[in-house]
Amino acid sequence: MFIDTAADFDVTNYLRKEMMPHFLCPGCGHGIALRALLWAIHDLGLDRDKLAVVSGIGCAGRLSAYIDANTFHVTHGRPLAYATGLALARPDLHVVVITGDGDCLAIGGNHLIHACRRNLKLTCLMLNNEVYGMTGGQVSPTTSETRLTTTTPLGNQEPHFDACALATAAGAGFVGREVTHHVPKLKELIKAGLEHPGFAFVEVLSDCTEIFGRKNDMGSSPEMIMHQKSGIRPSAYRDTVDTPFRPNDLPTGILTRNDRPEYGAAYRRAAVTRKGASG
Amino acid sequence: MNAVDTTLTGKTAVKLISGNQACALGAIAAGCRFFAGYPITPSSEIAERLVRLLPEVDGVFVQMEDEIASMAAVIGASMGGVKAMTATSGPGFSLKQENIGYAAGAEIPCVIVNVMRGGPSTGMPTRPSQADLMQARWGSHGDYPIIALTPASVEEIYSETIRAFDLAEQCRTPVVLLYDQVIAQLSETVALNGAGHPNVERKWASGPRAAYKPYDAGSDAIPAMARPGDGYRTHTTGLTHSESGFPTQQPEAVTRNLTRLFTKLDQHRNLIDSFEALHCDDADVVIVAIGISARAAIRAVEQCRAQGLRVGLFRPITFWPFPEKQLREAASKAKAVLVPEMNTGQLQFVVERVLGKPVDGMHLFSGEAITPADIAARAAALAKGA
Repeated sequence: MFIDTAADFDVTNYLRKEMMPHFLCPGCGHGIALRALLWAIHDLGLDRDKLAVVSGIGCAGRLSAYIDANTFHVTHGRPLAYATGLALARPDLHVVVITGDGDCLAIGGNHLIHACRRNLKLTCLMLNNEVYGMTGGQVSPTTSETRLTTTTPLGNQEPHFDACALATAAGAGFVGREVTHHVPKLKELIKAGLEHPGFAFVEVLSDCTEIFGRKNDMGSSPEMIMHQKSGIRPSAYRDTVDTPFRPNDLPTGILTRNDRPEYGAAYRRAAVTRKGASG
Repeated sequence: MNAVDTTLTGKTAVKLISGNQACALGAIAAGCRFFAGYPITPSSEIAERLVRLLPEVDGVFVQMEDEIASMAAVIGASMGGVKAMTATSGPGFSLKQENIGYAAGAEIPCVIVNVMRGGPSTGMPTRPSQADLMQARWGSHGDYPIIALTPASVEEIYSETIRAFDLAEQCRTPVVLLYDQVIAQLSETVALNGAGHPNVERKWASGPRAAYKPYDAGSDAIPAMARPGDGYRTHTTGLTHSESGFPTQQPEAVTRNLTRLFTKLDQHRNLIDSFEALHCDDADVVIVAIGISARAAIRAVEQCRAQGLRVGLFRPITFWPFPEKQLREAASKAKAVLVPEMNTGQLQFVVERVLGKPVDGMHLFSGEAITPADIAARAAALAKGA
């Protein structure tokens, strides 16, 4: 039973009020994800002077500007690479990455798999709304099969990625997924990711009502959120869909958690050893 | 005494080292404490040296998954307040351009070394060229200024690497160090004296948070940067931004900020400009050259002078912004100007624009270096015709 009992959590304390009103469309799930992230930060009592949020390009990338912390809105697909430099150079900072499905899995796919493999302490929040929303609704690596987008007018025929399976296979120490329907559960998942000593990948199934849902007759935001909750993706190619990377259903919760050595600490330990040896 | 000891103790040692090694040592002397890179010939020795040097000074080395990521990581480290550098060659330099534009626009100091090899595309990985002069200036999209330095010897690679960091920090800009494969892998003696050099530190935000605006610069046009952790909690973006650091498309704010970006370098030309003028005062023929071509040209000047021919050399050390005024002055009395370069005419294009007239060029793009004899022969012919 999850109930928002955090009477002491006021999201407006964590937002840059001068940036309001925000630019998200009515019904967009990204605001729910942002609230869950800020709630998790609040619960953990993270020092915002030491919190750095790095985001890429797209609707998800714009969220960093709303957070009252050290925020960096960088180039398309590259937030994990920027964050890697920042976190290695400044291990005293807590570095969080906010990215979208196109940013993280398409143009930034190489950075994702290597960030998972490297296992540097970073928390990567990937907001998956199945579409390139900001550019007007093109197909993305997570668009479900058969879906209509501006670049799949006949229905998407490419299988979609399971980002969590990908992150797990690439070696991420912490992998989880949640839907925006379950805000307290999502908050708890992000909290667990923030607390994880290595690389944490958290996928949030978000909804794009205006650009994606409307084109696919998926109803308005409540209907889309309920659909996500079911976890089932449509497929016209069910027989050919293979697991684990292209499944028809997307499990939620903590999917992977292990204690592989964290890269930054391992590097610093080796450097100290070397320095001692050569000194 | 090894090279790091020299850097740390402040004593000068004279060493026989390669250009790429000099670059790594110069970086350490300049205060570089972060390097991210990706293997590429002929620059890899810089990374291979720094991976050993950086831990000695509590710095960080990381080999990233690609060229794009290594540029991004360098900017990330610099946004964290740490002096940072990457090194690459032509194909990697192309891939880094996206993020070099970000560093220029968001005004994040960083140093990018590009050891020039033959191109286009994969080209000649182990052969020299000087064909990335224009890419260094115009490589990323949009309008932005940048500094590029073109050292011509191993010793100058050492000193210009230090200057590259100083300029990057002082002017909050990316600085490109451009040199060809010949001097990258040439070994020469270098006096490692950088430890005595007072490193320039970035202007950091101070005072109350409420009064601080990340891109509100004073009369020097260089805004103070907020260091994460110091309590300013600012926003940095590649979108056009106002003084507040937040995105804007308000025409006046966009114009104001982009104008300042250019003014910033214009205003500090006294720090940025660097060139060498050799026997230009009475020269009938002025040779304009950089890098290994300038080394050959120095010998050619000596040979011509020995024959009583009045030949001089103008050598830009800071290539961008180009020392236009200084070149016009150096070539003011010359009857002919000769530009030997290892490309199809990039420097000649600049020289002709600056002088407002056609000049003679020598273009070698075979993967070989131009010889002193070839330059001397052309210069002598021009001098005799003058």
